[in-house]
Amino acid sequence: MRDWTKQRTERARRLEQAAPFATGKVVKADDVTALLQRVIRSGDRLCLEGDNQKQADFLARCLTRVDPATIHDLHIVQSGLVLPEHLDLFRLGIARKLDFSYSGPQSGAIARALDKGNIELGAIHTYIELFARYYVDLTPNVSLIAAVCADREGNLYTGPNTEDTPTIVEATAYKSGIVIAQANRIVDKVPRVDIPGDQVDFIVEAPEPFYVEPLFTRDPAAVTESQILMAMMALKGIYAEYQPKRLNHGIGFATAAIELLLPTYGEQLGMRGKVATHWALNPHPTLIPAIESGWVEQIHCFGSEVGMDGYMSARPDIYFIGKDGTLRSNRLLCQNAGLYACDMFIGATLQIDLAGNSSTVTPDRIAGFGGAPNMGSDAHGRRHVSEAWLKAGHEAAGGAGPLVRGRKLVVQMVETFGEGMKPAFVEELDSIALARKLGMPLSPVMIFGDDVTHIVTEEGIANLLLCRDADEVEQAIRGVAGYTPVGLARDRKKVEELRGRGVIRRPEDLGIDPLQANRNLLAARSIRDLVTWSDGLYAPPSKFRNW
Amino acid sequence: METFTIRAQAPRPLPGTRAQAIVGVVASGNLEILLERTGETDAVEITVETASHGYRTVWEAVIADFVARSSPGGIRLSIHDNGARPDTVMLRLMQGTNVLEKQP
Repeated sequence: MRDWTKQRTERARRLEQAAPFATGKVVKADDVTALLQRVIRSGDRLCLEGDNQKQADFLARCLTRVDPATIHDLHIVQSGLVLPEHLDLFRLGIARKLDFSYSGPQSGAIARALDKGNIELGAIHTYIELFARYYVDLTPNVSLIAAVCADREGNLYTGPNTEDTPTIVEATAYKSGIVIAQANRIVDKVPRVDIPGDQVDFIVEAPEPFYVEPLFTRDPAAVTESQILMAMMALKGIYAEYQPKRLNHGIGFATAAIELLLPTYGEQLGMRGKVATHWALNPHPTLIPAIESGWVEQIHCFGSEVGMDGYMSARPDIYFIGKDGTLRSNRLLCQNAGLYACDMFIGATLQIDLAGNSSTVTPDRIAGFGGAPNMGSDAHGRRHVSEAWLKAGHEAAGGAGPLVRGRKLVVQMVETFGEGMKPAFVEELDSIALARKLGMPLSPVMIFGDDVTHIVTEEGIANLLLCRDADEVEQAIRGVAGYTPVGLARDRKKVEELRGRGVIRRPEDLGIDPLQANRNLLAARSIRDLVTWSDGLYAPPSKFRNW
Repeated sequence: METFTIRAQAPRPLPGTRAQAIVGVVASGNLEILLERTGETDAVEITVETASHGYRTVWEAVIADFVARSSPGGIRLSIHDNGARPDTVMLRLMQGTNVLEKQP
């Protein structure tokens, strides 16, 4: 007769072995490594909560101290590989296999580790794709998570940076896994229950508060006139044309410039209330002037941002705020909102090829995707309509009809040259060479060309919806690729013909005065201006305080 | 420093009456352009002084497009460049002719 409760029995066995190191659910900081050594088994799937912001950094440090002779071959399943300790697990032989989404600051180290064969790579996922697999074939056996505070029953307050925690805990706790939380403080009563205590097995008060990376703060002082010109083109050539009300912005400087132009240039174009009213968006400080000017109705957040908590708490009509008065974020739900409920994604990339495929992978950097492929893809399951969505769909189909569905606007804003004069437009993505080198069956592509609808550069806008074949797509892309080798190799006659059809539009075609592309057009020109706009509620981290 | 002069024929003289203008700054990754009317009709003369060596062919491509787009006939341009990217150069050139054309 088959034993149907093996997982439950195994869980009970591990908890029993761990019992000497806990008082109730509470574990002393000094005992955590010993506890981990009892509850983790070699070959386990393990999630060491690393979101793109919040990090279970104390538990990560403890895990690097377990004995690799006892615990090895762990399969790490987590969205963000952000801390050096995450890579140490592989270097030390504690972990072997990896499934992840985003690597940000470790993108160089992860490329080196893959090259050396220290990591067996499962796949680079998008966030919701990895979360989905938590519930199908990548369910964690053990999850190590981070909370702001915990009570002795294990109830957790994860606060503004709730991010991935509910998703990780749900998958682990309901499949006989073990959940261990680090908390900044253990308290008698948590301000609100983000994670119910019966889903949490152990809690430890960490010696220091968990680390949070400020990721979405763009200093207006660093916005260039070229980025302002691109932002003006996007506003006049895309926002005003399609009028997308619901959208997501990436985190680059060009989209920050758009945010800072809404109250000035956007106002001149008469767009307030007609576009960009509802957002799936991280708490971008550069959106403060638009919020304060009455542009924005509502924002749901993937995570929080250092310094924005006080401002958001004071704007509960705009943000999702708990009864305790602080933000509640949720990456799974916000990514889903970006996928299904937004009419437009607009963001940056590092490389674009002649078919419009875009990638942030370079030979020495694997940054992962995060959420961009979901934000930047047309959800084929979408069934509700909006004017922006239908207009894009009709442009792509060359007409309307009872069965012509809409399209999400997926806009790539890219400066023709990146850092060190590296061309952003290429004949072949670096990710193809990388995949060849590492023997990956699929080259990592952030957004496939068939999902991209527009490319905005300093030279103009290419509308790929209006292209009728691959050759037109190629010339439309070359036609905005500036003075890169790809741009210089354009067929000038064909590019002029595309321009005549409105497939390519230059600033002068859009009636944009280049003299207006000036930093005076920005609603805020410094971090300090943002603080002023926020009525002193925005508290920028020290590295952005330059006054 | 690398210095060179590029001469071109514009399709038309640049409209407007303003005699000269200066746009931009010689900050890192930026450039300054002095524009002056020479009294000629179609001739354009552009002197480039740049901190970045070896980009003359890119300058020639940018200037050829600029002459076609803005038709700055009868203008002499003196450029002090501190490593600006081609897009920044083009934006400044367009800003310069806009000032001469539209501002008194």
